[in-house]
Amino acid sequence: MRKLWIILTYLVFILLIAAPLGKMATEAFSNGLSGFWASLSRPEALHALMMTGFVVVVVTLLNTLFGIMLALYLVRANWLGKRLKGLLNSIVDLPYAVSPVIGGLMIVLLLGPDSALGALFEQIGVNIVYAFPGMVIATLFVTFPLMVREVMPVLQEIGSQQEEAASTLGAYGWTTFWKVTWPSIRWAVIYGVILTVARSLGEFGAVLVVSGNIMNKTQTATTLVYQDVENFNVTAAGGVALVLAAFSAGLLLLMEWSKRRKGVH
Amino acid sequence: MNSLLRHKGWTWGFRTTILLYFVVLIVLPILGVYYNSFSLGFSTFIESVSDPIAWKSVLLTLKLAVIATVINVLLGTMIAWVLIRYRFPGKALLNSLVDLPFALPTAVGGLMILLLLGPGSLIGGLAEKLGFEIVFHQPAIVIAMIFVTFPFVIRAVQPLLEELDPSEEEAAYTMGAKSSRVFRQVILPSMAPGMISGGMLAFSRALAEFGAVVLVAGNIPGRTLVSSVFIFGEVESDNPVGAAAVSVILLTLSFLILWLINLLQMRGRRS
Repeated sequence: MRKLWIILTYLVFILLIAAPLGKMATEAFSNGLSGFWASLSRPEALHALMMTGFVVVVVTLLNTLFGIMLALYLVRANWLGKRLKGLLNSIVDLPYAVSPVIGGLMIVLLLGPDSALGALFEQIGVNIVYAFPGMVIATLFVTFPLMVREVMPVLQEIGSQQEEAASTLGAYGWTTFWKVTWPSIRWAVIYGVILTVARSLGEFGAVLVVSGNIMNKTQTATTLVYQDVENFNVTAAGGVALVLAAFSAGLLLLMEWSKRRKGVH
Repeated sequence: MNSLLRHKGWTWGFRTTILLYFVVLIVLPILGVYYNSFSLGFSTFIESVSDPIAWKSVLLTLKLAVIATVINVLLGTMIAWVLIRYRFPGKALLNSLVDLPFALPTAVGGLMILLLLGPGSLIGGLAEKLGFEIVFHQPAIVIAMIFVTFPFVIRAVQPLLEELDPSEEEAAYTMGAKSSRVFRQVILPSMAPGMISGGMLAFSRALAEFGAVVLVAGNIPGRTLVSSVFIFGEVESDNPVGAAAVSVILLTLSFLILWLINLLQMRGRRS
């Protein structure tokens, strides 16, 4: 019985994860190493990877900053009523329930050229939808819960006693944060950063809708993969996808490592 | 400097900025979709929804998501069990591989399935000879959904199995229960909360999935056109109101599921 279950488990992993990964790798190299390089060194591929890099950096910075602040407020702030805190707390998870395509649609509806806000921004010469700011907003929306949800439980666990002690002893807000709070939430923040990078690297649906997928302008690595498949250029798609997969696998290893550190402190 | 930083105005400005960011980024867009779908009146909403292509896509998505969730609950429970209870070579590797579908971009997941099962591949060619159609048909959509929701059930059941006190099982055995009965009456009830909450998370994710599905789904209305792909098509063909109407249905469903999960977790914590 025992052997059967183990074999079945291996079978599921091989069929569902190993075989597709292996197939994609062989497809990417089906024209040899030079074919793989050729698919990556296309100008649109380089531009798409660069675009993804920009989005990841900007989104991770903003999401980390605001995520930590919001987690602090949701756990510690007394000036927020208990009811309001509960309400805000449940709203944090909403992006999980929203399909990425709908997330993108929301931003098009709110800030697109036909909307009041979009028209306003257009008048001052800032394009949001079908441009970089829209892609950042869409990715921020999708990644929003990740940091908050990592930091909040740690803050709840450590309690506010040490922080209160620090401020009674005369430490200012910043000092308390850096000397007392930060050391205990550090690993949760690092874990949240890795999750945010992974998610923004791979975001597809929301970005596809918001960016309009304009080659050499707003195309990211994932939307380039989509376009290559639509153009029946699966080998090139495989090359770019393999690079993305390698990054994700690396991030997964980092996640395992930081999870272990997070447990130890 | 410090006295400047500690000024009341700074504190309030700071607090307002954070809360404003929160409301503008999360709440406003969601309200915007609801507002837009009803902006041309309730009858337009009904009209958009009662378009057969629209409601058939919602029904199809529900059906396929249910199939994917059931398969996932069964497979996930088995894998969680094997990864916790048995020791065998490669266990640690498999345990870290569980999270890979979360880490991989969904478009990459879709491409992998397309390549493995597509018309030119070994499996795809074999299935075609036997008269099955996988890619661009319903089986591929279900496989894509299973792939992206793979970790949910496993990660929900594992901690419950770890917590399960072996003495409970031993007691049941000492009292003469057969292993099938121990499983039914001791092990299964303790795994059930994880199976349910993990299954519901997987279900809501399968409903929402776009990246993996769009690459392997066909676009035949009522048969292979799922709602997220339908919404994308409506946006592309410049019909945001139609897209918003279907979005509202999907969103409301997902919010209900999220609320149910929260409710279940609160109950679990209390008991």
